[in-house]
Amino acid sequence: MPSNKRKVPEVNSSSQADIAFSLLIFFLVATTMNVDTGIVRVLPPMPDPNVKQEDIKVKERNLFLVFVAGSGAIMAQGEIINLRNLKDKAKEFILNKYDEENLPEKKPTDITMPDGSTWVYPVSEGVISLQNTRDTGYQVYIMVQNELTRAFSEVRDEVAMAKFGHKLADLEEAQRQVIIKAVPLKISEAEPRKIGK
Amino acid sequence: MKKKGGKELPAISTSSLPDVIYMILFFFMVSTSMRDQELLVRYKLPEATEVQKLEKKSLVSYIHVGVPTPAMQAKYGTAPKIQLNDSYKTTKDILDFIAAERDQLNESDRASMTICLKADGNTKMGIIADVKQELRRANALKISYASSKVLSY
Repeated sequence: MPSNKRKVPEVNSSSQADIAFSLLIFFLVATTMNVDTGIVRVLPPMPDPNVKQEDIKVKERNLFLVFVAGSGAIMAQGEIINLRNLKDKAKEFILNKYDEENLPEKKPTDITMPDGSTWVYPVSEGVISLQNTRDTGYQVYIMVQNELTRAFSEVRDEVAMAKFGHKLADLEEAQRQVIIKAVPLKISEAEPRKIGK
Repeated sequence: MKKKGGKELPAISTSSLPDVIYMILFFFMVSTSMRDQELLVRYKLPEATEVQKLEKKSLVSYIHVGVPTPAMQAKYGTAPKIQLNDSYKTTKDILDFIAAERDQLNESDRASMTICLKADGNTKMGIIADVKQELRRANALKISYASSKVLSY
């Protein structure tokens, strides 16, 4: 048949690359790639002004005071400390391995395990209080927050290792909740102190 | 002995070039997200090692704190400013901003709204503390101090 011999001319596709390029360039310009990362915290709720506030009394042994001065110096438990030593000091405070007198109390708490049984773990009563002045640099503040977070996550890893035989990141969600209950992240971020007034 | 016509090199076929470009295009379409706002402040995020990724971008609202960009410095000076949406705001506007952002979310998602505080590392804590106080007042308590991940100091 004659019609079989005549070929339909092909659509010229040489400009397809140009179209694809322009789409590509549009996406390169209009989008961002960075994933936001940050240190996650939960702020304490604002106290109700109608309710009279009672000062929550925390025993001195249960309080770990970290003060970041405007100069960038860090004070922990009344003495100036290097940033590098802060994590170990905070860890020592959270764990209180040998039940020392001047380190936080522990309260045996029943924690429900994923399989329904209860696990009694002495949960530390300690609170880390982070204070700063208005002229403290943000970078120093974040570094201190970072060290404190690291202290907590290392303690959690240790507890998880002892209990489940894995690090926190490798646990299942239900097991992770157990560890988080056993080692709660207790960092209190107070309002900045006024100095010289 | 020479072959006839062997002198001319055959042209390289470019017919697969569009396919390659499409592949790159799809990679960018999947791995990036739309730039949503023009930045009026300049900041260099502080560095930290213990950072967490922010999941679910639709639940995240941003507060930028930093020095105005060079183009804006003539008008606004070099003192750190707060940027909400597309303009400079003061701490008093945070309350309205949070309310507006919260209204955009589903009722079920409101509890998990996160505020991402993007502030320059050189900012003083005073302005950050004011922002934090306003956030507490607005009852937006989940916050993330944006910082870039480094492996060690």
